[in-house]
Amino acid sequence: MAETTVQTAPIKEKEPIWGKKERKLLVDPLNDDNPVTVQVLGICSALAVTTQVYPSIVMAISVTLVTGFSNLATSMVRSYIPKQVRMIVQLVIIATLVTVVELILKATVFPIWKQLSVFIGLIITNCIVMGRLEAYAMANKPWRSFLDGIGNGLGYGAILVMLSVIRELFGKGSLFAGSAIEMKIIGPTNEFWINTAAEGSWFGWYTSNGLMVLPASALFLIGIIIWIQRSMNPKLVDAS
Amino acid sequence: MDSTNYIVRFTLVMTVLASLILAGMFYATKPAADKNQVVFTKRAILAAVETRMDKKLKDISDDEVLTFFDENVEQVTLNMSGEVVDGVQAEKVDLAQEKKKPEADRLLPLFVFNGKDGKKYYIFSVRGNGLWDEIWGYIALEEDMNTVAGAAFDHKGETPGLGAEIKDNPSFPKQFLDKKIFNEKGELVSINVRKGGAQDPVHEVDAISGATITSVGVSEMMKRGLNYYKPYIEKNKATSMK
Repeated sequence: MAETTVQTAPIKEKEPIWGKKERKLLVDPLNDDNPVTVQVLGICSALAVTTQVYPSIVMAISVTLVTGFSNLATSMVRSYIPKQVRMIVQLVIIATLVTVVELILKATVFPIWKQLSVFIGLIITNCIVMGRLEAYAMANKPWRSFLDGIGNGLGYGAILVMLSVIRELFGKGSLFAGSAIEMKIIGPTNEFWINTAAEGSWFGWYTSNGLMVLPASALFLIGIIIWIQRSMNPKLVDAS
Repeated sequence: MDSTNYIVRFTLVMTVLASLILAGMFYATKPAADKNQVVFTKRAILAAVETRMDKKLKDISDDEVLTFFDENVEQVTLNMSGEVVDGVQAEKVDLAQEKKKPEADRLLPLFVFNGKDGKKYYIFSVRGNGLWDEIWGYIALEEDMNTVAGAAFDHKGETPGLGAEIKDNPSFPKQFLDKKIFNEKGELVSINVRKGGAQDPVHEVDAISGATITSVGVSEMMKRGLNYYKPYIEKNKATSMK
């Protein structure tokens, strides 16, 4: 890890820290090259953890940190990694970072760590992380690799948050449940802003959609998001 | 191709580095993580008597939970014949571990909450199986050791929206309030979670639709869990009657 400063110093002279390419690395995964909706990676955790917004945000931040720093670390040692054990080296880097993230979560947001439980550990097997190491970090310089990792993590996180907002709002009638800014929006008790059980309520017909809290709904929602994205983004239109 | 010698040296250095980082991180975060674990357990126990507290649990900070718990909750450890065991803190007794021992050697945690109203509430810990994995809960009884003052459940892996409603939907544990665990003949009948709606207003609550197996699991857990405490309950009932 001591190499960090030694290695990045000469790069600053050759390439700009922030240029068109750097911007592209960070922004592309949000739309044109989204890891979830375009590359269709990381679906498993996207279905499992998105029932509520708060855990989804924690998950998104965790994955972003892991993709960013594993890209950075791999890129820094890329010329020293023996080709025969390439994959194992990448796995050790990812696993170390995931464990570090897990320990930090356990010490800071314990109830959320309990809720995410096994899915934090499973970041190790998230295809996005290793995919970026193989496809980008093994062949590019540390700073750009870092940006690529952060970009992909954010692209994954953006979909996670989108899914969880829809699922929590329509499934449970709340947003950010479990956090300090919990909002109860629509539901059948007077704790909610719109009380559907109140007499004369305009929303008396409304009931939360139970399907939304099940993983299957996330699959449909991802499908719909892909559909909307493809019809809006000309770059994604299939040439055939 | 790199030489075997180089590969061995590289992997050695890498694994030693990784293990040093992890060991360092583990010890750096351990105190905070341990404290969080304790607060989490105490919150779960207090959740059973939340209706008898001034404030809602989520409005109390972590540090306040610790002091509140120490000031208002007595811990008693029991053995299977209902006798008090000295030297073991009740909060250290983990039912998941006790389950692995032969039935006669098990220890049972009991928490006695001294309410603001001067009454005592007895919080019993129960554990059983849901559909996918373990479920557990804390049942608080009034001084008469018969009327339920509150209940709180948790689970490891029940389906969100179905079985997980035992924890997520506050109206499920609320149903247990003021139910009785003994029938008129003095038999411990516990509280049954009935599919299709409760029929007996004293000993039954409604099941969760779509979560039959979890609901049956809760019934089963209550019945078996409370029966473990039966020797203690009967002994203390007798003394409090005098």
